[in-house]
Amino acid sequence: MKHGLVMDNIRKWVPFLVLLVLVLFFAAVNPHFLSLRNFARIAVSSSPALMVAVGATFVILMGSIDLSMEGTVAVCAVVFAMLLNRLGGSLAHMGWLAIPGAMIAGGVLGAVNGLIHVRLRIPSFMASLSMGFVGVGLSLLMTGGNRILIGDPLFRSLLTVRIMSFPLMAYAALGGLLVAWFIQGRTTIGRNFYAIGGGEDLARASGLNVGRVRVIGFVLAGVFFALGAVLAVARLGIAETETGTGFMFLSITSVVVGGTALAGGSGGVWNTLVGVLIVNVIGNGMVVVGLPDYLQDGVLGLLVITAVYLSMDRRGLSFAR
Amino acid sequence: MFELRNVEKRYPGVHVLKGVDLAIAPGEIIGLVGENGAGKSTLMKIIYGAVQPDAGSVLIDGAPVHFRSPRDAMKMGIGMVYQEQSLIPNLSVMENIFLGFEQQFVHLGVIQWRRMAQAARVQLRKVKLDIDPGMITSRLTFAQRQLVELAKVLALEERVEGHLVILLDEPTSVLSKDEIDLLFGLVRELRRRASFIFVSHRLDEIIALSDRIYVLKDGIVVDVLAAKDARVETIQKKMVGRDIALEYYRENRQVPFDAGRVLLELDHVVLPGRRHEVSLTLHAGEVLALVGVEGAGREGILRAIFGLKAPERGTIRIRGEAMRTFSASNSVAHGVGYIPRERKIEGIASGMNVYENMTLSQMGRYSRGGVLDIPAERALARDWIKRLSIKVPSEESDCGNLSGGNQQKVVLAKWRSGGSDIILLDHPTRGLDIGAKEDVYDMVRDMSADGVGVILVADTLEEAIGLSHTIAVIKDGEIRTWFNCQPGAKPSLYDLIHHMV
Repeated sequence: MKHGLVMDNIRKWVPFLVLLVLVLFFAAVNPHFLSLRNFARIAVSSSPALMVAVGATFVILMGSIDLSMEGTVAVCAVVFAMLLNRLGGSLAHMGWLAIPGAMIAGGVLGAVNGLIHVRLRIPSFMASLSMGFVGVGLSLLMTGGNRILIGDPLFRSLLTVRIMSFPLMAYAALGGLLVAWFIQGRTTIGRNFYAIGGGEDLARASGLNVGRVRVIGFVLAGVFFALGAVLAVARLGIAETETGTGFMFLSITSVVVGGTALAGGSGGVWNTLVGVLIVNVIGNGMVVVGLPDYLQDGVLGLLVITAVYLSMDRRGLSFAR
Repeated sequence: MFELRNVEKRYPGVHVLKGVDLAIAPGEIIGLVGENGAGKSTLMKIIYGAVQPDAGSVLIDGAPVHFRSPRDAMKMGIGMVYQEQSLIPNLSVMENIFLGFEQQFVHLGVIQWRRMAQAARVQLRKVKLDIDPGMITSRLTFAQRQLVELAKVLALEERVEGHLVILLDEPTSVLSKDEIDLLFGLVRELRRRASFIFVSHRLDEIIALSDRIYVLKDGIVVDVLAAKDARVETIQKKMVGRDIALEYYRENRQVPFDAGRVLLELDHVVLPGRRHEVSLTLHAGEVLALVGVEGAGREGILRAIFGLKAPERGTIRIRGEAMRTFSASNSVAHGVGYIPRERKIEGIASGMNVYENMTLSQMGRYSRGGVLDIPAERALARDWIKRLSIKVPSEESDCGNLSGGNQQKVVLAKWRSGGSDIILLDHPTRGLDIGAKEDVYDMVRDMSADGVGVILVADTLEEAIGLSHTIAVIKDGEIRTWFNCQPGAKPSLYDLIHHMV
């Protein structure tokens, strides 16, 4: 029993230690890695990914999975850009409504996702994967394949204005993370996610409406995907179908590497922050060190396998213990 | 000759087998009887290799053997005919018979189906089953599948040297009279090929089929009887044995219930898959025990009351209000609490701490606009930790690390603190040691004194008799008879068993 507790505690800190080791490693190879400028660069690439991964965290905590992020991000990015341009083109006037607009779009897509999963009893990975493709198609239909440029200086200040050398979007993402932390730890819905992930039968036997919680989880994920979309648009100044590309592998990897169990019930948004940082430090570090970027995906893939291996309870697999 | 010598087994908190000796001669049929929790299933698992003993030895023809898995045991000629059938329904009969042993039919990497079919036919002939070995297993009747299972075990004969030992776990529980006769005839015929260990709740069958009968009680073989001079009553007496101390079940604390306040009423309720109507009434402060053999339908009634199963006909009324929707959340809202048999699955969320577990069913009361009031949750948990003297370091401890008895108390606190006054207890003392059991009995009396109605499916008959005000004896999904259980006028075990089997 004692031994198990110690192991559990070590396991909890493994992702953080991995991050630390990575940072030290890259710093040792190239001292330029350890500069504020470079950290700001990591923060910029991490911010949109963090929001998307946080959304996915809620769903994974419930023991489900959401793979619709590429489509949802694309749709939300396009909705945001179109609304912004139609409402005067600047956040300073009516244009700010584009942000809640994108969040509503994300929430609606999430609700459809969740309802398909719960009502039609389709496994969440299949339902959300399909909805992701629907989203990609929808965004193509809306843009006709074109890029929408955003020139609003106020909106672009998310990237251009820096406080203590970090751009505003990093603080925005941090704010989103704190909200997610509050939802996770301080609200009934957050507690319900853990209960369902820890034991669906138990949750049901305690009188929870499991289906309803699931749908809410997907809606919440959709809203965070929308925030990720807005930050992704802020980063490049462009909204297009391609805006969503790459988020699926990136965010699921981050959640898992951060130590949230795919089976649900354990982990949380802070784990996801560590996971996102690990993934982006590897990406950035490999460039700084001068390794070809095509190696990055391979390394990330191996990392996921390692993380899943570590997070599984091997004792549970032994026969009739 | 297959032998167990001084076999011991402990699980955390329970001493399941306390030095068991058992011997089977070639061609012998022995019966194994005992109450739930006596250690029968653990003993069987040790024999067929699913569980390893902590001490003692397993001997075949005097030589010690070690089984690390059922496959090891099979290689030594020990086979198990499972109660829940172990055949894979979407495979053919012959594939099931030779599952895991297909190598003998492989030629150049390809399975020769004709040879396998021939070999399967030989096995099926042993159990007198005339079916096509290529048939898909799911299309067989239950009795046929049981025979295929037996054929599968008999197929060991060609592969192992020496004698077979075959375990039959409750093989007759779902068979008709004719099918039972057929099976028994077959077992008697097969004794020249194998010896049998026969486990059943039906004592008359045990006496009819076996040569010798082992009576197991609290992990000890209390007697070995020759079947020809055994009688059902004597076996029963040995199974339940010990004098029941009055204080053990807190009978001195049993007070009459409030007959004027009806909490729950089942009015001619018919459950899916059952033919009979069930009617019962639960009053404030009453402990109502449902007794019956495994599979008699006690759990089904509990699950229906908790809304996990909708009745086909009839009405369930809680405090006079007829239920229209059947879901756990509806029942919880009406003050029903369920303490399940499988604590780890439906009772305790092991990743969550004590206060999170306690408020899980009542988060609405500890939150405002969806935001939790965690200090209030903690205060509640501290209060109930004191009231039920739950042994935990703090209200933040992970429930997964608590002992069974303390987990049970946390589940109870969850319901009681939420004001539930209809509590369903499904085997509340399963897997608990004596001290923890007595705590549970105290809890039941406390609830009763507080005017809570309890429906109990007890682990043993003694427990049901000791704790309850009223007993309903259930057989085949029907309430056969009622007993009044006032202290001093409690029915005896024999009265109950008589109606159960």
